[in-house]
Amino acid sequence: MNAPVTDRHPAVLDRTAETFVLNLGPQHPATHGVLRVKLTMDGEYIVHAEPVLGYIHRMHEKMAENRTWAQFMPNMGRLDYLAALSYNHGYAMAAERAEGIEVPERAEYIRCITVELNRIASHLLWFGAFVLDLGGFTPLLYAFDDREQILDLLESVTGARLTFCYFRFGGVYNDIDDNFITGARAFIKRLRSRMPMYHDLVTKNIILIKRLKDIGPISQEMCRRYGATGPVLRGSGVSFDVRKHEPYSVYPEFDFDIPVYHECDSMARYMVRMDEMEQSMRIIEQGLDKLPDGPVMAAKAPKILKPAKGDYYAAVEAARGSFGIRVVSDGTNTPYRLKLRSPTFSNLSLFSEACQGMILPDALALMGTLDLVIPEIDR
Amino acid sequence: MRLEAIRQALAALAVTEEVEVVKIIPAPKPAEGEEAAKPTEVREKVSQTMLFTPDYKKKGFHLDIKVLSAELPAAAQVLIDQGFFLEAITGVDWPKERQIEVVYDFSHWAELCRVVIRTRTDRDQPEVPTISHIYSGANWHERETHDFFGVKFSGHPDLSPFLLPDDADYHPLRKDFKA
Amino acid sequence: MTMNIELIRLLAFLVGIIAFAALNAAYLVWVERKGAAHFQRRIGPKEVGPYGLLQPLADGVKLMTKQLLVPDGVDPLLFKVAPILLLVPAVMSFVTIPFGEHLAARNVDLGLLMIFAFASINVLGLLIGAWGSANKYAIIAAARVISQNIAYEIPMLLTAIALVMATGSMNLNEIVAQQGGGLWHWNLIRLTYAASPLTPIAFLIFFTTMLAETNRAPFDMAEAESELVAGAFTEYAGMGFGVFFMGEYANIVVGASLVTVLFLGGWQSPLPFLPGSVVWFLAKMYAIIFTVVWIRWTYPRTQFYALLNLSWKVLIPISLVNLVLTAGWLKVF
Repeated sequence: MNAPVTDRHPAVLDRTAETFVLNLGPQHPATHGVLRVKLTMDGEYIVHAEPVLGYIHRMHEKMAENRTWAQFMPNMGRLDYLAALSYNHGYAMAAERAEGIEVPERAEYIRCITVELNRIASHLLWFGAFVLDLGGFTPLLYAFDDREQILDLLESVTGARLTFCYFRFGGVYNDIDDNFITGARAFIKRLRSRMPMYHDLVTKNIILIKRLKDIGPISQEMCRRYGATGPVLRGSGVSFDVRKHEPYSVYPEFDFDIPVYHECDSMARYMVRMDEMEQSMRIIEQGLDKLPDGPVMAAKAPKILKPAKGDYYAAVEAARGSFGIRVVSDGTNTPYRLKLRSPTFSNLSLFSEACQGMILPDALALMGTLDLVIPEIDR
Repeated sequence: MRLEAIRQALAALAVTEEVEVVKIIPAPKPAEGEEAAKPTEVREKVSQTMLFTPDYKKKGFHLDIKVLSAELPAAAQVLIDQGFFLEAITGVDWPKERQIEVVYDFSHWAELCRVVIRTRTDRDQPEVPTISHIYSGANWHERETHDFFGVKFSGHPDLSPFLLPDDADYHPLRKDFKA
Repeated sequence: MTMNIELIRLLAFLVGIIAFAALNAAYLVWVERKGAAHFQRRIGPKEVGPYGLLQPLADGVKLMTKQLLVPDGVDPLLFKVAPILLLVPAVMSFVTIPFGEHLAARNVDLGLLMIFAFASINVLGLLIGAWGSANKYAIIAAARVISQNIAYEIPMLLTAIALVMATGSMNLNEIVAQQGGGLWHWNLIRLTYAASPLTPIAFLIFFTTMLAETNRAPFDMAEAESELVAGAFTEYAGMGFGVFFMGEYANIVVGASLVTVLFLGGWQSPLPFLPGSVVWFLAKMYAIIFTVVWIRWTYPRTQFYALLNLSWKVLIPISLVNLVLTAGWLKVF
């Protein structure tokens, strides 16, 4: 099932070959932020790659220990700023699980709808930025155009465009109105009509296919050893999606598929994300159809959380993979310990092994398919 | 199914500890006019294998095992053979008990089964064996835990500062660290 | 007296050519930006002057007022010579290009050869600049550019040779003159006589190699901004960068002119009853340039080895076949 491993360059085997160190980042157009990769190169071939992290490390986990449960919610918009609502969701779920808060059904539906909109926005941006990595500039602007519609929609209910802090323990902060619903339906109609264009212009482009097909193989075994999740794992033929695997919120109510590709190459990961947008649109449509009436905040949700002693775990499927959050409570109004398991941290950790013996542009294409958001890795 | 298999495989590795159990014996019903006597508390030491199957709905995981730090690689081997993947490694500082707890989260692709393995190590000389030769991804998680808690992972190839600056000699997630 | 007139004529043409090259460089940036903007559903430059037409001027002033920065550790001589080495040959190539029937600085018999000779210096300029700036990204880019240029010069010359065999002349004016009398006399689809039926394919090959030779997308290995930061130009700023860019655009103009002259009938009009003039030449040339811009903003960059494979395994064999067929065709008819 795994794609054939591209021929390893002799320099990978022969460590005595004359090599040089190439510093990719922390300021480099392809690393999308402040990732730095120390590459040992033999000509254009990568002998060894060592990602160097920490340029945007802010110690969110220590911040959590110094503020109340509710005060930490805004931090969740600042991890993965491209799909911040998933992180809102994960944290809210962890706290609700610890405190035992029931979330009203309408709030759950709103959560799913907004999270899926956010997922599409994130994938659209990834799509544009990824093709930009490959040297095609124009799709980025088209993707931004579509993403803009989502941001406008989300802004109208959350008040933010990027660093959302929308979910509350026991619901959401603001109800959605008819404008949002019609807007979301209009957006889905629009994106549906534009997806074929994206596929015609980009997916079927011979240059793109040649650059992605059989390039950057990541085997299932490698995913397991490194703990890779999300589209990276699904592009390696594993049907693992937290939304289906560990159903949370009202996801069991929706009829959607998990796109899985078995080629293990960059093209597979690309296709997974493109198909995921379609599935997210299906979820949003169903959510809007089924949206029940009712409150958007639990009536009995306490203002100050003091969860019982012990530790709790919650996981959601973020745009980049499985985001987990482990909280340890000591019964006070601040978390005793809060661990953020960010998906791209694990996804990036396999880059070093995966890119060995690759030529530089291929390795950058591989890095692009990992969909990195550095603030989320560094936390 | 897998939960039971993994439970049995790991039971051999789990720590058996003397746990203090507090039993509350309610006071006998007071007679008329008398003030109610306080219920008496009895503390008992019970020997218990530290392997729990918590309520998933409440906790978010299915199996919670405490092992001796020396048994970690063996436990990791059991899990990778069963097809588990590593979600994360983290630490928890317990200054009162002079201990640091290292927590390993595992999950499975095919079946919903979250396994938590924890071990405790001395806070002054924290050292646990690495599992990075079993789970390659553990390499980064262990480096991060070393950064934040100062836990030394013996056998780890490179424990240089990872997320912290290169000259960092502090461990910010310890409870006595003040920025 | 004739000496003097010839000298004045040459001087006037030189000034004209330099002005033409510089103006083209400046306004091609505008075309590129405006074109890109419209391909991307944006507006593009619009603040400076009507339709942003004065934007190139503002850009030029900005670039010229910037410090001529020579970073530490570079070879100052090579670093400064490189942009000039890229621009001058491009400008020199204009000397033989017949813009109109009598509008050529010098009617050289070996004009085609001269242009190819000058075009080869272009890569030297890039190499010297990259080597002089002592930057790893630049040197990787230079290594790419050299292998790319070697690979693409061969099919380019092979197609040109086939064409020279058909026309029997290397004089560009002569080549254009032969294509007079309407669309169907152009080398592209020459229906009359003496041109192998593979010429349209030769045209495609020539156009592709022209893209590669001028380092344009999807073959922009020299810059490759998402891989190699700015490739060979990484260390350049201010007018050093500006001159490099003028050189690049001048090269594109030369390439487009060459395509026009060799395949599209130069200044000849597409219809026999309309007189040939410089207008036709410019229209064809800018159409080619527009196509080049169009391609750049549509396609992603090719893989480097795919690029070399394309040349060595596809373009060179086809152009060799074209050469043999042309020779046979000429022998038979």
